[in-house]
Amino acid sequence: MGTFEFLLQGVAIAAQPMNLLYALIGVTLGTAVGVLPGIGPALTVALLLPVTYKLDPAGSLIMFAGIYYGGMYGGSTTSILLNTPGESASVVTALEGNKMARAGRGGPALATAAIGSFVAGLIATLGLAFIAPFVVKFALSFGPREYFALMVLAFVTVSAAFGDSTLRGLTALFVGLGLAVIGIDQQTGQARLSFGIPDLLDGIEVTTLAVAMFAIGETLYVACQGDRIPEKVEAVKGSVWMSKEDWARSWKPWLRGTFIGFPIGAMPAGGASIASFLSYSTEKQFSKHKDEFGKGAIEGVAGPEAANNASAAGTLVPLLSLGLPTTATAAIMLAGFQQYGLQPGPLLFATNPQLVWGLIASLLIANFMLLVLNLPLIGLWVKLLTIPKPWLYAGILLFATLGTIGANPSVFELGMLLTFGLLGFAMRIFGYPIAPVVVGLILGPMAEQQLRRALAISQGDVTSLFMSPIAAVLFAVAVLAVVVPLILRARGKGEVLSQFAANED
Amino acid sequence: MSEVPSSHGKRRPDRAALVIAPVLFILAAVIWWDAGRLAEMSNYSRIGPATVPHVVAIGLALLAIWTGFEAWRGDFPEREPIEIQPVVMIVAGLAGQMLLLKTAGFSIATGVLFALTAFGFGRRKLWISLPIGIALSFVVFIIFGRFLQLSLPAGPLEHLFF
Repeated sequence: MGTFEFLLQGVAIAAQPMNLLYALIGVTLGTAVGVLPGIGPALTVALLLPVTYKLDPAGSLIMFAGIYYGGMYGGSTTSILLNTPGESASVVTALEGNKMARAGRGGPALATAAIGSFVAGLIATLGLAFIAPFVVKFALSFGPREYFALMVLAFVTVSAAFGDSTLRGLTALFVGLGLAVIGIDQQTGQARLSFGIPDLLDGIEVTTLAVAMFAIGETLYVACQGDRIPEKVEAVKGSVWMSKEDWARSWKPWLRGTFIGFPIGAMPAGGASIASFLSYSTEKQFSKHKDEFGKGAIEGVAGPEAANNASAAGTLVPLLSLGLPTTATAAIMLAGFQQYGLQPGPLLFATNPQLVWGLIASLLIANFMLLVLNLPLIGLWVKLLTIPKPWLYAGILLFATLGTIGANPSVFELGMLLTFGLLGFAMRIFGYPIAPVVVGLILGPMAEQQLRRALAISQGDVTSLFMSPIAAVLFAVAVLAVVVPLILRARGKGEVLSQFAANED
Repeated sequence: MSEVPSSHGKRRPDRAALVIAPVLFILAAVIWWDAGRLAEMSNYSRIGPATVPHVVAIGLALLAIWTGFEAWRGDFPEREPIEIQPVVMIVAGLAGQMLLLKTAGFSIATGVLFALTAFGFGRRKLWISLPIGIALSFVVFIIFGRFLQLSLPAGPLEHLFF
């Protein structure tokens, strides 16, 4: 069967009434939580993971995908109206979008972001459907050492290649890898770093870590800054509809953004922020209205928002076809799969095609729902932005702890939540990125497993790791990804890289 | 290895950041020590459960040295002054919820967290925020505990109704 038949089959699964309902709940929750300032898609997905605990795998993954896409849409609303990007990938949207909102053009800004996200989501999800099977075929030839090399590359791009410091990125990664060691060793059954505490034998939950670091760490960080940053919600004045000129100026950036965002998301290259920054500078080059950039150019909203969403769909290519999360959000989604005993990767396409294709098709459907939710109902979401800070963060902590309590109602688990929350707070103060910790925690055990397999095959010969051409190339790219940014920063060109920090997408 | 340069010309050792180096080093030592007591099971390939912990420990130790070096040179980004009081209130809220959860149940414990967090952000009127928090948590308990069947611990308040 070709991709097309699989996709049609997937649409049939996703169009079942119950699954449509799950998708609708997912996109609604995702948008609502994503709109809230300070909450990016990674945290949205982590917070809402417990909601899906009791559903069947297909239904919950469909809801999950809706939450992911919804969180991406919601983030753009926040950056346009509040100038506080809900996610790092929306920083650029805030640049131009907020200026437009201040000039009373908030409506068209929201519209071009929503329609651009829709166009990009649609094309990129179709791209995912057609590319994933090829990657799967390619991946079938991978042995343990190729997988290990791939994971090393993912580690490096998440931690060291972007952001403002190689040192702090790598430190965050190694803290994550250290946390990943905790628990029972998968191959020999020995307890590692558990200090005789039974609660630690299962290891550290990815969701607990992610919620603690993103929600609690962020809340503490915002709280400790006091009232220094006054926030002002721009009212949406006038119509949300775009004029003829807006359309004419938007459609090319949407398409360009999509074609920039999708490949970047699909490569283990550090996430959506890079795509949106690249798209922004591209639009600045191409635009006939260069003078408007910095004052509210619609192209500067349309392109990056499309790139942002296209890259989100692109991230699903390595996640679904290789089981490789390349962003914090993807890492949490992987945890979502694992709670059902599903391991994304080439085998999942063979053993569970209905699930995979149902998920991909439901992404298409979620995209349509989001367009409807985000344009006519925009006023509703804007109201969420006016929640006063004390209630907002009190509510965020309510839901953050709800997830942990729901998964495991133990005092110990809440203690870990608090501990990691303080760790995340401290890391934020000192300028450490959070995403590498999360990715290290989930990818660490997988990398270890592949490494030990590879070395068992070669009877302990480390050099054999580099003997396969694919692995050797991947390792070489990984080394370059550490060294080149180090040199760039040493030469004082680090600002460009720090803008690309893949912190929370 | 120059970081984003600090805006004030002179760089001094960053004392707070200098603390990070020994912390990382202790972490490395703990991981190394723990890996040392693992029995090596598969001897013929020299690869066992201790391999990766050893690599992680070495990595952390090297990063500790690097951190010490950068902190000494004052290469860490400048930090904004921090207000301690809100942080203490929120941590107290989380600790309160943790300790109250088993005895007082989800709604009351989480209500305390809610009220103290709001306090930390400047809503000081606990007699308003505590009831709001408990009521909101109770609604959440009904939706998630009853309809979505999460196992949320019940206390006196929940037992009144269910």
